[in-house]
This record gives sequence, C-alpha cells and structure tokens, in this order.
Amino acid sequence: MSTFIIGFDLLLGAGLLWLAWQALFHPKPFAAVVHFMAFGLVMALVWVRLEALDIALAEAAIGTGVTGALLLAALGRLPNGATPRLALRPWQRPPVALALGVVLLLGLWLAWVAWQLPRPGLSAEVTAALPESGVRHPVTAVLLNLRALDTMLELAVMLGAVWLVWSLGPELRPYAPATALPGLPALTRLLHPLFLMVPAYLLWRGSHAPGGAFPAGAVLGAGGVLLLLADAVPWMQRPDRQPLLRLLLSTGLVLFLGLALGGLLLTGTFFAIPVAIAALAILVVEVAAALSIALMLMACYLYGEPGR
Amino acid sequence: MTEGLALIAPWLIAAGVLFFMAGALGLWRFPDVYSRLHALTKADNLGLGLLCLGLACQAASVSAALKILLVWGLVLVASSIGATLMASTALARGLRPRTRRGSRDS
Repeated sequence: MSTFIIGFDLLLGAGLLWLAWQALFHPKPFAAVVHFMAFGLVMALVWVRLEALDIALAEAAIGTGVTGALLLAALGRLPNGATPRLALRPWQRPPVALALGVVLLLGLWLAWVAWQLPRPGLSAEVTAALPESGVRHPVTAVLLNLRALDTMLELAVMLGAVWLVWSLGPELRPYAPATALPGLPALTRLLHPLFLMVPAYLLWRGSHAPGGAFPAGAVLGAGGVLLLLADAVPWMQRPDRQPLLRLLLSTGLVLFLGLALGGLLLTGTFFAIPVAIAALAILVVEVAAALSIALMLMACYLYGEPGR
Repeated sequence: MTEGLALIAPWLIAAGVLFFMAGALGLWRFPDVYSRLHALTKADNLGLGLLCLGLACQAASVSAALKILLVWGLVLVASSIGATLMASTALARGLRPRTRRGSRDS
C-alpha cells in the first residue's frame, strides 16, 4: 500500500511540473490557461496530500476558480491571431541572462534555507500557544494571531493587485451572453443563498477546523463574480457608490492594522492581541477580511477603474 | 446495514471512475463542441453521482453523507446550465453541429 501511495505522490509531483511547464510555455494562450487551471487543481490535491486542507481549499477556489475564470475572460478580449513571440534584441540579452541567473541563485539559496529548517517544524510551539490565541484550530491561530503580520501583508498585496488592475484604465462592460437565455440569471438567483450560506459556514468553522477568511472570501467572491458576469451588481459601477466600494475594499486591511496598533497600545507589542478579547477580535477581523477578499476578487473582474 | 453499504461502496466508486474515463475519452476524441459537451455532461454527472453515492456509503455519519450528495446536486445544477449556455453561445456564434463524417478540422 505504501508503494502505491509513493507512486501516487510521484505521479502528482511529475504532473505538477509538466502542467506548470505547459502553462508557461504552451504556444496557444487558450491551452496555456487550461493547463494553468489543471495545475491549480493538481496543486490543491498536493496540498491535501500534505495535510494542508486550508491551503487546498483556498488554492482550488482562488487559484483555479477565480483566477482561471479571470484569465479566460481576459483571453476572450484578446484579438484573434498570431500570438507575439518572445524575441530579444542583442542588447537585451545580458540583462535577461543576469536576471535569470539571480533568480536561479535565489531559488537555490531558498531551497538550501528550507532544507536547513528545524524538523519537525514548529507545530509543538503552535500547540503550546493555542490556548492563548483565542481559537482552537492551529492554522487559524497562526494566520490570524501568531503570524497575523503575514496575513495582513497578503491582504495588502491583494489590494495592490486591485489597484494595478484599476490603473489600467476605465472599466469595461461585461460581455452580454450571445443569446438571451435565462439560464445565467436563473443560476445566480438559484445559487445565491448558498453563496451566502457556505462562506458563513466556512467562517464559523475556521475557529475549530479547516476554513476561515480566505476560503470564505473566495466562495463569496466567486458568487459575486457570477453576479458581475450576469450584470447584476450595478452599484459597483455607479459613480456615487465609489467611496463606499473603496471603503469596503480596504476594510479588512484597515481593521487588521487597527488590531495591530490596538495591540501596540494595550500591551506594548505590535500585533499582541490580549487573550481576553482574542476570540472576538479574530472573528471581527475574519468577517471583514472575508468581505474585503470577496470584493477585491470581484473588483479585478471590472477590468479597470469603475465610475470614471 | 452498514456492512452492506461498505461492501457496495467500492463497486459504486469503480463504476463512477469508469463513467469518468468514458467522458474523458469522449472529450478527447469527439469532433465538435456539441458532442464533446454531450460526452462530458452525461458521463461526468452520472460518474460523479456514482462516486458521491459510493463515498456517501462510506461516510462516518448521515450528515456527512448528505453533504456529499449535496455536492452532486450542486454540480448537476451548475453543469447543466453551464453546458446549455456553452452550446447556445456556440450556436449563436455560428458553429454548426457536425452532421456527416468528414475530415477532422481542429
């Protein structure tokens, strides 16, 4: 049985490398996007094999679902025809070679550092700190209390991505379906109660089992993207609602920062959350972060700054 | 009761995998959008149903089994509407269904 499992793992690893290569270097953009989506699904399986269910959920929802659909939607707007080939001018070759060399060296250095990390990791320390964190699930404890700074920076990176997409120009109208079938609006209406219930369930689960803000935000965002594609969220494009939209987009990050500064004021340490209020503070920040993540994912689908 | 369910579960899962393989073969070998959609939606929905049924037979509790079956129901709704949208969009864009045998155009 164990050889079977090792063989399965090797197959997963080899498939992952092959899919990554195809996604990067396939000459047809559509095939590259499809390989990228398959890569995300296999990656989620790999995370399951590594017993990291939280990351598997987030990878399947954000890495495959939302990003894949975004890439497909972008592909639909590209002009048909020959894809531009990568061609370097003679003077461009030395800097490109230098950059590749630096990346290779950095990668080797990172691999060496990862190899030197203490094994079996920090799970004993996390388990010891669990009673003071306000939650019972170690992953949520690490993400929202012990290493909350990393999570806050992740939200900042997502906000930066939205900023980048919006800086490309004014928003584009979503494609109207080629036929006026009632299927898409009906699907969104039928599924929407679930798109609200499942994130609430995932948020509630996050305190004691795999779940939490990122999967919840991803599922909520997926429902929102479906609404956007059916052209059913007019308020995001209205000029008078832009301050509200920007406020909601940044709520997760702002509350996180407030929590960090509150910890600084109360205990003298940045991000030190007092045990008495930890559970409540984490819940509030998680709800805000999930809402912000969902809206940030939707905001990328506007393909530009709304209300301009 | 539970032993009987555990006994038929592997057979249900094996049958589901068989349907998935047939669907994948159809997606790979069939010539146009419509027949490929036909292969995918029919075979995969039945295959997923058998898989979910098999997994539900092995589930630890009734609520877990019901959750697995709910997954099947959701995929049925989403894939049927998705397939309809894809087929009608392809039809509206002027892709004719293949009616006779000819050379394969990619």
